[in-house]
Amino acid sequence: MSLSLSLPPAVRRPASLVALAALPVVVLGCFFVLPVSGMVARGFWPDGELDVGAVLEVLTRSRTGRVVWFTVWSAGLATVVSVLLGLPAAYALHRLDFPLRRTVRALLLVPFVLPTVVVGVAFRQLLGESGPLGFLGLDGTPVAIVAGLVFFNAAVVIRAVGASWESLDSRPAEAAAALGASPAQVFRTVTLPTLRPAIVSAASVVFLFCATSFGVVLTLGGTRYSSVETEIYLLTTDLLDLPGAAALSLVQLAAVVALLAVAARLRHSADPSVVRVPSRPRRPARTDLPQLAMTVLLLALVAAPIATLVVGSLRVGDAWSLGNYRALDSVGDQQALVVPVTDALVTSLRTAVDATWMSLLLGLLVALAVTRRSRSRAERRLRTVLDGFFMLPLGVSAATLGFGFLITLDRPPLDLRDSALLVPVAQALVALPLVVRTLVPVLDGIDDRQRQAAASLGAGPLRTLLTVDVPVLWRPLLAASGFAFAASLGEFGATAFLARDESATLPVVIFRLIGHPGAMNYGMALAASVVLAATTAAVMLAVERLRVPSLGAL
Amino acid sequence: MSLSLAHVSVDYDGVPAVVDVDLELPAGQVLAVLGPSGSGKSTLLRAVAGLEPARGTIAWAGQDLGGVPTHRRGFALMFQDGQLFGHLTVGRNVGYALRLRKVRDAEARVAELLELVGLAGYADRLPGTLSGGERQRVALARSLAVEPRLLLLDEPLSALDAGLRERLAGELRDILVAAGTTALMVTHDHEEAYTVADRIAVMRAGRLVQSGEIAQVWAAPADPETALFLGYARVLVDDAAQRVLAAAGLPPAPAVAVRRSALTVDASPGPGRLHDLRGVVLSARMTPDQVRLVVGVEGVGELDAVASVGAHPAAGEPVRLVVDRSRLAVIR
Repeated sequence: MSLSLSLPPAVRRPASLVALAALPVVVLGCFFVLPVSGMVARGFWPDGELDVGAVLEVLTRSRTGRVVWFTVWSAGLATVVSVLLGLPAAYALHRLDFPLRRTVRALLLVPFVLPTVVVGVAFRQLLGESGPLGFLGLDGTPVAIVAGLVFFNAAVVIRAVGASWESLDSRPAEAAAALGASPAQVFRTVTLPTLRPAIVSAASVVFLFCATSFGVVLTLGGTRYSSVETEIYLLTTDLLDLPGAAALSLVQLAAVVALLAVAARLRHSADPSVVRVPSRPRRPARTDLPQLAMTVLLLALVAAPIATLVVGSLRVGDAWSLGNYRALDSVGDQQALVVPVTDALVTSLRTAVDATWMSLLLGLLVALAVTRRSRSRAERRLRTVLDGFFMLPLGVSAATLGFGFLITLDRPPLDLRDSALLVPVAQALVALPLVVRTLVPVLDGIDDRQRQAAASLGAGPLRTLLTVDVPVLWRPLLAASGFAFAASLGEFGATAFLARDESATLPVVIFRLIGHPGAMNYGMALAASVVLAATTAAVMLAVERLRVPSLGAL
Repeated sequence: MSLSLAHVSVDYDGVPAVVDVDLELPAGQVLAVLGPSGSGKSTLLRAVAGLEPARGTIAWAGQDLGGVPTHRRGFALMFQDGQLFGHLTVGRNVGYALRLRKVRDAEARVAELLELVGLAGYADRLPGTLSGGERQRVALARSLAVEPRLLLLDEPLSALDAGLRERLAGELRDILVAAGTTALMVTHDHEEAYTVADRIAVMRAGRLVQSGEIAQVWAAPADPETALFLGYARVLVDDAAQRVLAAAGLPPAPAVAVRRSALTVDASPGPGRLHDLRGVVLSARMTPDQVRLVVGVEGVGELDAVASVGAHPAAGEPVRLVVDRSRLAVIR
């Protein structure tokens, strides 16, 4: 930014863009493009020779078709249910004023950041044979998987649509009512059309999350029900079928890129002329009862698995006990683990700190680079491409990324197999889209003329940044760091590949514990899940207090 | 010490916004660039500020500013909506440039500037608590604190309501003169330009159409569009122009621009002179100062005219009009 002060403006602008974007592009190139393409190449060139036939053959397998179909319908159903449950809650929590409103809002946000492994364990505990809902016989069925996905993603709908609903000008609705429209007609003809961009964009994000969900499907579906994401994992680790994994990775990448493009288009089509006037929440009336009832139902749906998890962790045999928690400093029955769970917690926290600063640094540079004002159409296009490039980690299977790390970063000049940074780097890349998406709307919202005013008063680029951007940015930056921290704590897919036994993180340890026979191991897994959930929930509740509107607005 | 622009052009993605503009602004003067919206006047201002890459030469005191970034130009830019920093108090906004330069006694200087713009005692307020007019005054004080070589004003009063705009325009003129500031102002409001500036330059479709002292431009608009934009009510051509010019005792010309107040109803008795304009009142509208008429004049067509409030001619009445030649502009 400051390296080119004497250059003419026509050169200075692209130069500053390059300077800002260089580090993130290099990092993403080394730690994302290289491993993923290495992985895909391994599939296409299994024995050093190009074998497209083997890859194409994978796509014609009947199992592949079943997996893709299962991914699409389970994600689609979960999206529809999330939206249907989320909309009334978004209304109740953002337009109505009642006691404990903020607390309920924060509680409903918690599932979104719970580690997937924890959610899997909680749902098994709830729906399993001995669980409170075991009589329904849902354990191991697609219903359990969809319920798990909804558990996660209703929060996204509430968040995204709620923010939009909260700032909706109430005057058009009042005008419609004055013209004789009933409340239902007002909702259908005025409110819904204005909210549609927010709803569609939330739904597309939820679909994306559902379709690429790894931990939930793996823990609840086993090998019977597999999504594209878990199938890639199974093909890679259990069957060592790399062409199959490569083919599915490409299919997934293409689908996600298409979905992101559609989501971006929908986001842009939001009507900018809609007036945003935060209206005061009002006391609930009798007509609001259905919405409030739905909110309570959702709360129960979210609370049930968590409560069962907590209760389960406090039971040893048939008695109440803290035994499961006391056992956390052991390695479990029959040496299930290499290091005690407490060590894994420390490793998790340490890794999360590293992953957080990395993703913040990269995310901040990316956000600054893509939000600077563009002078020409070509420059604008370049920034849009960059923006999309850094969303790519959303679209690639964490298993592909993790395995790609192992096979491409194992020789000089990038021999990182033994590096302690490998896991944090992978987690930082997974968290990067969240950070970028939290910062970009905030930076986009700054009137560029503020920066011009500062410059015309004699402030240099750095000083302008301090005067105009930093005061607006520090809260979203804190929120993004909380987000990245929570995401890193719960990251399972890539970490499962990369973390070695003696430096395993908490989610990896939990997965290992539930895979080992022994009542003690299962009890420890429950206790460890509670600890992990409590840690991430604490981080997220702190973030929620910052009240950053664009939090996680993908 | 003067600003000079030579062959300045700015494009947006190949679409020309400013085309080949030449302009001189001597130190100590105030120049208003006047033009309708979309005429490229704001783009020109931003190019001078170094915010848009321009072709041609923009120079101050003979030194080309081509490679000089905005913050090194010493030109303060004041925006239409002030663009105050919302998280800083009024005092810290005004003292912003002083702090950048680590000026001593900045507080005293800030108080002085706030006094100058009529906001003494506002230093601890936040911009969010100010009215639109107050915000613009703070923005002006903040720009003046730079002691800019050149002050750039982008529609400084457009966001204000009419009464306030008129009052502030006069004050702005006084403040600029008192501070001895060289200023380049962009506006679409000719009244504002006349009140604040010494010279005006008229822009249309990216090109500079005319520039010079206000009286000079006013007396001889370059073309009919310019005349209308400068506030003339109508431009007459051919026979109509000859009739009106003859009535004013002026030699023939291809076109003439007519102010509304150039034609007055002659209520004096008598037959009048040979070249007087005669016609029938088509409509009359009372205002507190005068009666505004539209008159159908033989051989000319519809003309705007005024009558004194006492005269109140009604629609359908025949009237005789006299021409005030100082309120005509001949277009050659």
